[in-house]
Amino acid sequence: MPDIIDLTLVELVDKIRKKKISSKEVTAAYVDRSQKSKKLNTYVTEDFEIALKKADNFDKNPNYEKKLPGIPIAVKDLFCTKNLRTTAGSKILGNFIPTYESTVTENLWNAGSILLGKLNCDEFAMGSSNETSFFGNVQNPVGENLVPGGSSGGSASALAAKLTPTTIGTDTGGSIRQPASFTGTVGLKPTYGSCSRYGIVAFASSLDQAGPMTRDVKDCSLLLEVMSSYDRKDSTSVDFKRGNYLKELNNSIKGKKIGIPKEYRVEGMPKEIEDLWQKGINIIKEAGAEIVNISLPNTKYALPAYYIVAPAEASSNLARYDGVKYGFRSKGENLIDMYEKTRSEGFGNEVKRRIMIGTYVLSSGYYDAYYLKAQKVRKLIKNDFDEVYKKVDAILTPSTPSSAFKIGEKTNDPVSMYLNDIFTVPINLAGLPAISIPAGIDSKGYPLGLQIIGKAFEEQNILNIAYSIEKEINFKNKINDWWM
Amino acid sequence: MAKNQSEYLIKRNNNEYEVVIGLEVHAQVLSESKLFSSAPTKFGAEPNTQVSLVDAAFPGMLPVINEFCIKQAVKTGIGLNAKINKKSIFDRKNYFYADLPQGYQISQYKNPIVGEGSIVLDLTTGEKIVGIERLHLEQDAGKSIHDMDPQNTLVDLNRSGIALMEIVSKPDLRSLEEVNAYIKKLRSIMRYLGTCDGNMQEGSLRADVNVSVRKKGQKGFGTRCEIKNVNSIKFMQMAIDYEANRQVDVIEEGGTIDQETRLFDIKKNETRSMRSKEDAHDYRYFPDPDLLPLELSDKFINDLKKNIPELPDEKKKRFIEKFKLSPYEANILVSDIETSKYFEEVIEKSDVKLSTNWITGELFALLNEKNLEISQNPISAKNLSKLINLIKDGTISGKIAKSVFEIMADEGKDPQIIVEEKGLKQQSDPKEIEKLIDKVITDNPDKVKEYKSGKDKLFGFFVGQVMKVSGGKANPQLVNEILKKKLL
Repeated sequence: MPDIIDLTLVELVDKIRKKKISSKEVTAAYVDRSQKSKKLNTYVTEDFEIALKKADNFDKNPNYEKKLPGIPIAVKDLFCTKNLRTTAGSKILGNFIPTYESTVTENLWNAGSILLGKLNCDEFAMGSSNETSFFGNVQNPVGENLVPGGSSGGSASALAAKLTPTTIGTDTGGSIRQPASFTGTVGLKPTYGSCSRYGIVAFASSLDQAGPMTRDVKDCSLLLEVMSSYDRKDSTSVDFKRGNYLKELNNSIKGKKIGIPKEYRVEGMPKEIEDLWQKGINIIKEAGAEIVNISLPNTKYALPAYYIVAPAEASSNLARYDGVKYGFRSKGENLIDMYEKTRSEGFGNEVKRRIMIGTYVLSSGYYDAYYLKAQKVRKLIKNDFDEVYKKVDAILTPSTPSSAFKIGEKTNDPVSMYLNDIFTVPINLAGLPAISIPAGIDSKGYPLGLQIIGKAFEEQNILNIAYSIEKEINFKNKINDWWM
Repeated sequence: MAKNQSEYLIKRNNNEYEVVIGLEVHAQVLSESKLFSSAPTKFGAEPNTQVSLVDAAFPGMLPVINEFCIKQAVKTGIGLNAKINKKSIFDRKNYFYADLPQGYQISQYKNPIVGEGSIVLDLTTGEKIVGIERLHLEQDAGKSIHDMDPQNTLVDLNRSGIALMEIVSKPDLRSLEEVNAYIKKLRSIMRYLGTCDGNMQEGSLRADVNVSVRKKGQKGFGTRCEIKNVNSIKFMQMAIDYEANRQVDVIEEGGTIDQETRLFDIKKNETRSMRSKEDAHDYRYFPDPDLLPLELSDKFINDLKKNIPELPDEKKKRFIEKFKLSPYEANILVSDIETSKYFEEVIEKSDVKLSTNWITGELFALLNEKNLEISQNPISAKNLSKLINLIKDGTISGKIAKSVFEIMADEGKDPQIIVEEKGLKQQSDPKEIEKLIDKVITDNPDKVKEYKSGKDKLFGFFVGQVMKVSGGKANPQLVNEILKKKLL
C-alpha cells in the first residue's frame, strides 16, 4: 500500500470507508508531515491536537455515509472558523477569533471532514505570490525560494507538499488558479454564486468566489460537490441545480466545441507556454473535440478594469477594520488619530496601495471616468463570452503567462506582478467557472497549467474536459522534499 | 383644489422675504427586525443587546434584505400617492465613524425604491398639496455616547442596521404652520399604514430641514442651508425661524448665503455652521456588491395596494359625505387613526352629531387637561356611546351627562350604572313635574305677580327653581312646556 500522504482524496475516502485505514492514521500522517515542513511557512495557525481528537472521535463513532468521512483538511486563512483564529494574512486581524463558521467550511465539516489548521495567504487575498502576508512569504515545494503564487499560496504549497490531502482557496482574480498552476496542482474557480461567501473575509465582493484546490480532477469534483450550496445568508448565492460532479465525471468530450481565443496569445509570452497550449489543443482534438478559433476582443481591457473594480470594492470592504470593534488597535490621541495609526500599522503596503486606488476611483469627479467605465468594460467582457458561447462549449487557454518566479523577484514592480493574472482575471469579471490543471513543465522544471473556462453553472462540463486532458497528459509533480 | 398660502413673511427695512422650506424626514420602519439582519429592534433595551454579527460588521458577514421592511416602504409609497420603482439599488455611503461599524451605510442613492408623490395638507386656510421627491431605505447607525465615561466614548449598536425611510419633500413648504401640518400628516399616514409609529421622543421620526429665503415675488430659489437632525416639530419651527431670520440679516447686510450644513442648538435657540460645502464629505457612493438590485413584481406591488387601509384623506371625505360632518370636524377626527377608530366605534350605536360634539368637545378637553393620548383614554367607546344614548333617549339631561362623564373619567364605569346608583335619572313624568311647579308657584306669589304683569325675564327664574327642587333631574323640556301653561 502506498503511503497515506500519497493517496488522493477520493482514494482516501475509499480506504476509510473500507476501514483499511482510520481517520486517526490519516490525520496523524498529515500532522506529522506538516510539523516537519515548517520551513515552507504554510500554516498561520495549527489546530493539530484538536484535529487528532476529532479523528479519534470519528473512528469511535464513524459515519461512512458522509462524503468526506474523517478526512483532515487545512484551509485558507480567509475562511472564518469558529473558535479558531482567522487572520486573512493581516496584522489587523492577527488576534481575531470568530464566533462563527463560514458556510463553505461548515459544509466541509458537515460532510465529515476535520480542520487541520489555517493556511497562509496574501494579506486580504491581495497578491499573486503570497509575499504580502503579515505572516511571511510561503515557499513553493516545487523549488527553493520560489513563490507558490497567490493569494491562495499557502493552500497550494500545503497541497503540493502533501501537508493536507486537499484544500480550499478563494479566487478574486486568479487566486486559486494561478497558485495551482505554479505548484502543479488542480484549482477550480466556480461560477459566481455557486459557493457561499458567508463567513469569508471579503476582498472584492462581486468577484470573490471560493473553490477547491486538489491533486487531481476527481478530487476536485468531489470537493466542489461538498463546498457548493445555495445559501440564504449570501444574497448573491444562486439557487441552481448542483450536480453530483464526481459521479457524473466522464472523459467523453467527443463532439464538444472548444474555443481558442486569439487574444490570449499575448506579446512576450514564453514559447514554452505557447507549446503547452498547443499540446492541450492537440489532446482535445485527438479526443474528438472540435477546435474553434474565437475572439474575445475586450480581453486587453480586463486587467485595467479589474484593477479598478477590485480595489474600489476592497477600499469599502476593508473600512470595517478600524480598531473599534475587534482586531488590532493602536492607541491614538482621538478617534481620527486612532484610525490612522491602527490602519497605518495594521495594513501592509499592498493592501494600502489598493485601498488608495479604490478610494481614488470612487471619489466624486473620478467615479464616472474610472469605476463606471470599468463596470461598462466588465459588461463588454461578459458580452464577449456570451457571444462566443453561442459557438463553443468551453474555452482553452494557458493559466498563467509564466511559471513560478523567485521570491522577491517582482516585489517592487506591482504592475508586473498584476500581469500574472492576465489570463485569469477576465473570468472573474464575467463570473464564469474555470479550472486550472497541471499540463507540463518549463525548461526550469517548474509546472505550468492550462485553464478551461466554461459556461455559467456548467462546472461539470469543464471538469469532464479537464479529466480528459489530465488522463492524456498524466502529469506527475516532481517534488523532492528539499525542505525536510 | 384651493392652493391658499398662509403668509409667513420676514420684513426687513422695506423688503419682504418669503421662506422656502424642504424636509428630509427619517422615519424608522415599524419592523421586528433590522433592514439587513434578524436582530430585534426594541426601543430602550440594554446597550448592545440587539446586535447581530452583521450589524457589528464582523469579517465575512453579509447583509440580507428583510422583505418585511421592503413591504413597509412600498406601502408608505402607496400612501404618499407615489411612484413605486420596480427596480431599485442599494448603495454604500462610505464614511468613518465609531458608531458606523461597516465604515459605510447601506442606503439608496440614484435609484430609490419610491419616486415622486404628494401629500395634502389641511391648513386653516384650506388644503395645500406638497410634493414628495422620493423615499428611500437606509440603515440607521449606532449611537456614540460621549458623557458616560470621562476617558472614552462608548458605542451602543442597538440602533445599528435598523431600517429607516428617508422621505424627501420638494421645497414646497412656506411657513411654520405648513411644516407642522406636513409632519403631522406624514406621521398620520404612516400610523394609518402601520409603517412607522411616528414616535418623536424615541427618535422614530427625525428630520433634516432645508431652509432658504427669497424676496417676495422672486422666481428662483435662494441658496439653502441644511439643518441636521431636528427631532421635534417645535424645534423644527424654532430652527427654521432662527435660520430664516439669520439668512435675511445676512442678505440685508449685503452678504451672501453659503451653502452649508448647520446644527440647531436647542439651549441657545440658534443654528451654527457644522460644515461648509467645500468640507462636505465625499461619500464615494457605489452599488453595494453584496446585494443584488431589488426588483419588485407587479403582483408584489398590487397585493400590497389591495391591502392598503382607508387613509386620512379618504376617511375625511367619507366622514363629510356620509356623516355630514364639517371639514373641520372631519379633520380633527381623522388626523389620528386611534381617534378615528374611536369615533367610528361610538357612532356605530349612537347619534352622529351628538357623538361628534362629545368627542371633539368634552373628551378632547379631558384628554388635553390630563395630558393623555387617545390610546390612554379612560373612557371606552362603548361607554361613551351608552352615555350619548342616555342623553338622546331623554334618560338624562345634557347637564347631568357632564357630571356622569366626569365620574366615568375617574372611575371608568358604565354610565348606566352610574345613573342608577346615583339616582340621576331624568324626571319625565308630567304629573310629578306639575307637582313641583305648583310648589314653586305657591312659594313665590310675588314673582308670579311680577311675571304676569309683564316681566317675561322671570320665566328663567321659575325654570331654575323647578330644576333646583327636582335636584336637577326634571326634564327641562317638560318643565318649560308645563310652566308656560301654568303661568298663563
